[in-house]
Amino acid sequence: MSTDTPASAPTGSAAERYLAVQRSDEFAGLRRALRGFVFPMTVAFFLWYALYVILSAYARDFMGTKLVGNINVALIFGLLQFVSTFLIAWLYSRYADRKIDPIADRIRAEMGEVNGESDSRG
Amino acid sequence: MNPILAADAGGGTARNLTITLFLVFVAVTLAITVWASRQTKTATDFYAGGRSFSGFQNGMAIGGDYMSAASFLGIAGIIALYGYDGFLYSIGFLVAWLVALLLVAELLRNSGRYTMADVLAFRMRQRPVRTAAAVSTITVSIFYLLAQMVGAGALVALLLGIKPGTTFLGMDADTAKVATIIMVGALMIIYVTVGGMKGTTYVQIVKAFLLMGGATVMTVLVLAKFNFNLSELLGQAAESSGKGAAFLEPGLRYGVETAGDPLKTFYSKMDLLSLGIALVLGTAGLPHILIRFYTVPTAKTARKSVLWAIGIIGTFYLLTLALGFGAAALVGGQAITEQDKAGNTAAPQLAEALGADFFGGDLGGATLLAIIAAVAFATILAVVAGLTLASSSSIAHDFYANVIKRGQASERQEVQVARISALVIGAVAIALSIYAQNLNVAFLVALAFAVAASGNLPAILYSLFWKRFNTSGAVWAIYGGLLSAVLLVFFSPVVSGAPTAMFPDHDWHWFPLSNPGIISIPFGFLCGWIGTVISKERDEDKYAELEVRSLTGAGAH
Repeated sequence: MSTDTPASAPTGSAAERYLAVQRSDEFAGLRRALRGFVFPMTVAFFLWYALYVILSAYARDFMGTKLVGNINVALIFGLLQFVSTFLIAWLYSRYADRKIDPIADRIRAEMGEVNGESDSRG
Repeated sequence: MNPILAADAGGGTARNLTITLFLVFVAVTLAITVWASRQTKTATDFYAGGRSFSGFQNGMAIGGDYMSAASFLGIAGIIALYGYDGFLYSIGFLVAWLVALLLVAELLRNSGRYTMADVLAFRMRQRPVRTAAAVSTITVSIFYLLAQMVGAGALVALLLGIKPGTTFLGMDADTAKVATIIMVGALMIIYVTVGGMKGTTYVQIVKAFLLMGGATVMTVLVLAKFNFNLSELLGQAAESSGKGAAFLEPGLRYGVETAGDPLKTFYSKMDLLSLGIALVLGTAGLPHILIRFYTVPTAKTARKSVLWAIGIIGTFYLLTLALGFGAAALVGGQAITEQDKAGNTAAPQLAEALGADFFGGDLGGATLLAIIAAVAFATILAVVAGLTLASSSSIAHDFYANVIKRGQASERQEVQVARISALVIGAVAIALSIYAQNLNVAFLVALAFAVAASGNLPAILYSLFWKRFNTSGAVWAIYGGLLSAVLLVFFSPVVSGAPTAMFPDHDWHWFPLSNPGIISIPFGFLCGWIGTVISKERDEDKYAELEVRSLTGAGAH
């Protein structure tokens, strides 16, 4: 079957399994590990980026300050956005490999039989 | 140094060489497409390339899908004409990948199958949500398609050296632009209908290598010209622009301060903030980017592909900085605006100037121009193919199979409908592109980002993270964000009431900003919240299934 069954609930036992997993301590730990990293990090990079955009709009003199030759604060600030993006991506990948993947893999392995049932739906 | 050689002695060479190189690219990609079509047997092959790509391959393909004409031609053009402000685009387009990496890519890969709507409709009533998602997917993709095809049109007039009053093969500049748009449209339809996701992915990978290669060569030449001294390059760019140090600071294009007119200044600054927020939130709502996460086997591979993508895209945007300022310094704003008012031809014109300088006279200029122009065409083709695939997949899988047939369509029928839809989408994009030719392509893409961030992102984030979210909320979020964004664009100076508008001779605009994001994105989130709380629908079982599957990868396709 190639398509989703409209608004179908998973079959009784599968639905209970998913609920049980969702309520387990192990899954709560996985959720906490993920959200504990991605939510604060999202807030951080968003504020850092917003600061850059707002300074570009309202702090022209500061952004225009020359540092070395023709290189000014605006250019350095922009380049720092690149640096922070690369850095956060690297930190997340390291964190996910160490703290998220192992828990996710373990839960998935424990759920082995549910996989089979849910493969039939979209 | 003559910046526009195409009409001179070197013109014929550039023209023939470009056409030859371009035909080689078309021949190679068509061969790949035919090969891919032989490997495409199931719906999963057609929609998701059999989920067989590696993280590196998909990372390159994401780069190929994302680094569009807007990035290559548009950003270089804005930097060349307005200096620093073009850099804002590069930064927004790059930082946006963190939203995709941290919040969306892996969860979407784990819980979806072929389209964005698979995740949005996961725990909702299928028909209303899938209809809304299909409408939104098509709208965003059409905006984006317009940008690419406008870029193609601008490029061809430069390449063929057609200026007002002259002709090529009996075509004047306008006819040639239309002919190019139709040709690009026809090719993208072939890539998608024949090659599906596999063919499209390989076209995007090849293009990513070509684009990175071309941009790297040009950057090295620009820097060599200034003894690898960035400050010297910037100084020369500022001097050539005639605007001095202001050219290297924000404010010439966005957030312009008009003395004695505080209201105009205020609107201009708001427009800058609006652009900034649309750029950073748009990426994770672009359907043609989201479906790329389905082409890899696991969430971990999806993460790896985003990491590769961030690396390659970030590097590319650093190169565009050199290209834009290089074009300002070596070609000059006047020569660029003479060729294309919006600056879309700055990068190829720079290639011509560099070639003439380093490889000897007109022939060298013509050769490098031809190479870079062929790369730009490849860039455009790869992106339009991705966009066409995203919208036709959504029509077939969301609208046809799940809304009309209520999930009872066979794989064969579904894929057939996808192929027909690709044809229709291509035709519509061709027709609309002809009206949008005065607009800068980076700017048009920014509008697509605003529409995606308003219509898609709120629904995606609520779906993945908010337990209470329901059908009504999803429908409200999508339509509310989408309609507000599109309507505000329609009543903005982009469409009417300004010399650079799509309809410069009419004026029905009342919305002062050219980018709607600052209003429409929060409005989309607000609509999603209101829609949710006014409905009693809750499905804890389905949320449990979605959450467990999206976080662990259990039951993933």
